Amino acid sequence: MKQTTTIDKGLTEPYQINMGPQHPATHGVLNLLLTIDGEIIKKVEPDLGYIHRSIEKMCERDSYQQIVHLTDRMDYLSSNINNEAVCLTVENALQLEIPERVKVIRTIIGELTRISSHCLWWGVMGMDVGALSTFFYGFRDREMLNDIFEETCGARLTMNYNVPGGLMLDIHPNFVKRVKKFIAHFKTKIPEYDRLLTQNVIFQKRTKGVGVLSKEDAISFGVSGPVARASGYSCDVRKYHPYSALDKVKFNECLKTEGDTFARYQVRIMELWESMSIVEQLIDNIPEGEHRVKTNAVIKLPKGEYYQKVETARGELGVYVISTGTKNPYRLKFRSPGFSNLSVLNHIAVGGKIGDLVATMATLDLVIPDIDR
Amino acid sequence: MTISIININYNLISSIMLEESMSILNMILVALGYLGFFAVAGLFLVLMERRVAAWFQLRVGPNRVGFQGILQTMADALKLISKELTGTVKADKFLYNLAPYFVIVTALMGLAVFPFTKDIQAFDINIGIFFLIAISSIGVIGILLGGWASNNKFALIGAMRSGVQTISYELSIGLSLLTMILLTGSLQLSEIVEVQKSGWLIVQGHVPAIIAFMIYMIAGTAETNRAPFDMVEAESELGAGFHTEYSGMKFAYFFLAEFINMFIIAAIATTVFFGAWLSPFGITESLPWLGVFWFLGKTLLLVFLMMWFRWTFPRLRVDQLLTLEWKYLLPINLVNIVIMALIVWLNLTIQF
Amino acid sequence: MSYFSEIYHGIKTLLTGMSVTGKYFLTSRKGAITQQYPDNRETLKMFDRFRGEVIMPHDENNEHRCTGCQKCEIACPNGTIEIIWDRGIDEETGKKKKKIDQFVYHLSMCTMCALCIDVCPTDAIEWGQNFENSVFDRTKLTRVLNEPGSKLAPGVED
Repeated sequence: MKQTTTIDKGLTEPYQINMGPQHPATHGVLNLLLTIDGEIIKKVEPDLGYIHRSIEKMCERDSYQQIVHLTDRMDYLSSNINNEAVCLTVENALQLEIPERVKVIRTIIGELTRISSHCLWWGVMGMDVGALSTFFYGFRDREMLNDIFEETCGARLTMNYNVPGGLMLDIHPNFVKRVKKFIAHFKTKIPEYDRLLTQNVIFQKRTKGVGVLSKEDAISFGVSGPVARASGYSCDVRKYHPYSALDKVKFNECLKTEGDTFARYQVRIMELWESMSIVEQLIDNIPEGEHRVKTNAVIKLPKGEYYQKVETARGELGVYVISTGTKNPYRLKFRSPGFSNLSVLNHIAVGGKIGDLVATMATLDLVIPDIDR
Repeated sequence: MTISIININYNLISSIMLEESMSILNMILVALGYLGFFAVAGLFLVLMERRVAAWFQLRVGPNRVGFQGILQTMADALKLISKELTGTVKADKFLYNLAPYFVIVTALMGLAVFPFTKDIQAFDINIGIFFLIAISSIGVIGILLGGWASNNKFALIGAMRSGVQTISYELSIGLSLLTMILLTGSLQLSEIVEVQKSGWLIVQGHVPAIIAFMIYMIAGTAETNRAPFDMVEAESELGAGFHTEYSGMKFAYFFLAEFINMFIIAAIATTVFFGAWLSPFGITESLPWLGVFWFLGKTLLLVFLMMWFRWTFPRLRVDQLLTLEWKYLLPINLVNIVIMALIVWLNLTIQF
Repeated sequence: MSYFSEIYHGIKTLLTGMSVTGKYFLTSRKGAITQQYPDNRETLKMFDRFRGEVIMPHDENNEHRCTGCQKCEIACPNGTIEIIWDRGIDEETGKKKKKIDQFVYHLSMCTMCALCIDVCPTDAIEWGQNFENSVFDRTKLTRVLNEPGSKLAPGVED
């Protein structure tokens, strides 16, 4: 029997280990094939496909109204923004005039979705670095938002509230009151998030200088969203290509230049404040009017290619439709933010420890169904 | 001929054995008593952890089995006993099965020397503190064995981290206790308590004692492999760490041992820093049996402090763990010993 | 000197963190965010628009409002709704008219997208608030929504 000679040579030998698909840190069925030397990561190979449901192919089968509900199931934490993306694509193609009321409500719910997604991310981020209580504090605040969504849309997660031409239902009479209550509540809670986690010396040691992504790499990998903005790459779709009512509100794009895990964390916390300010600007003056424009029962897009991008909680979501003039799209492609963001993982995690990988992955904020679709 | 020899021998042996057997019986009874205490304390601490965790996390916690969930952990233990003991095919069977016993036996041995009151102390050894430090570092062998023998990479990483961690933090525990030994001049636990009749050591030693206590609590938390030093289990990194491949009662042994170790760490702190069974300002001096409540009360308070750490702080990374020990705790500890020595030499202690 | 200020700063931040969780520990008894679910069944009320399952309301004369137009069946992305229909003679006008025989609803396939209810011209189906849908046998999830012997309420036209 051949003995291993590594000990004689005094060398170490890298070994492979499967992190996932059933692993607490991967938040879903992502398999990371790690090549490790002791604790130090040499290579990360993400292995996808465990939750592939061929959503893009299903879209070719479905009508344009039906496509909307499939997008709930991609990035389920920003489902309303996904819905909005598809609806905007269809509306732009049909050149429908959308009432102001619809635009404002879509923006409000979109920003609330972003807050809810970041709340969950904050809780899970804390849990990934080992502070277990943050999870419940994040969920407590998210629960209030989920109640708001449930009251108005009927569902907490997969809302399917947008339809091509407007909104499925008008907002619930309690909506404005509840949102104001939430904003007042949440303004006292973000400082608490900071006291509990952000300023914690262990947390800062765990995240500062870990998983550094330079601006050049962020651009060349096609990274978007908070991950790219933490590297100093200004890429907020809401700023550069405002959609719905976002051109009427004032907000700052949250930028950091460090590009490390802590910068990504801070960008998301800053986005919570910005999203709240957007909601505050709009909530008091929702214009009166129709909540829906009448469309044909069978929507047929004119022949051509259409592209619409929106900013989800994770980055830039693009919807690309090729229509041949029938009631189904000929081809529909989603440019999902999670896929591009995952692609940098190998680049930024190599050389770190296993703990660094977990912290880095937490701030990439991956939603696996968004990556696999 | 042969019969008579046997008879003589029998008589001889039985006359010698009578006294021996009495003391052996005594020992067995005491041992059984401690075993019972061990089981109850372990289960109670698990329940306490779960309730405390729930309250920190705005939850309710287990409250269904028995009054306020008091029998919950009992039910869990029964469930774990009835579960199948699974394991990996390629595990080193002997070491794999041995490891949980290593951990649990060492945890149990540590309990023997604590003075619960003036009278209740099973084993008043004259090197009590030394004995405790020695015993507590054996437990890590069980963890190393378990992680190694499971033939699982996650378990192996966990076990290796545990080895690194325990070797480092043993030092801090030893040195911080040594600081206090300078005050007492004895390693015997009953002697240490005697000294504290003129003020708990944390008051007697004032500043260096408080520093020693803080270092001790940090190192003690690390020694028991609890968050923020739960490198060994690190569920978001390693799944379950060294006990990934253990199930049923073998897993429960690791789990119980963790809680008993936590109790032991807190009990050492109680004995050395907070006057063991002595009541504050001697308010119940006339009722010595109340010492048990004072002892357990103080210990549980310290256990609660460790739980508070666990549910608040993020986990350190493995290299930061070592940085904390070798760059911060150890130098401070050494300086602290010198300061304490000066204080004792110049007689600057606070005594009532 | 930065060595000591670092230690001081570190301990301060740790204590700040502990004060946050400590505050919650003390106030947790009244602020529990979890619900003790099976116990609070009586008080647990879902929102009006909550999407639990599709139901077909019947009035006191055992009449529903479904004309059998099948728009919901076409709108459904998953084939959740199957309408088995027939033609019957309308008593008033004597003309042949479409009527439903069975409105089959496969809850196991439903994604709660609300397109069927959105598209229904006569408001024959709506959302029920029941969310306790677990059963031991999945065939129980296939439901016939119109009650036996029910008929179309008079005056409902699509």
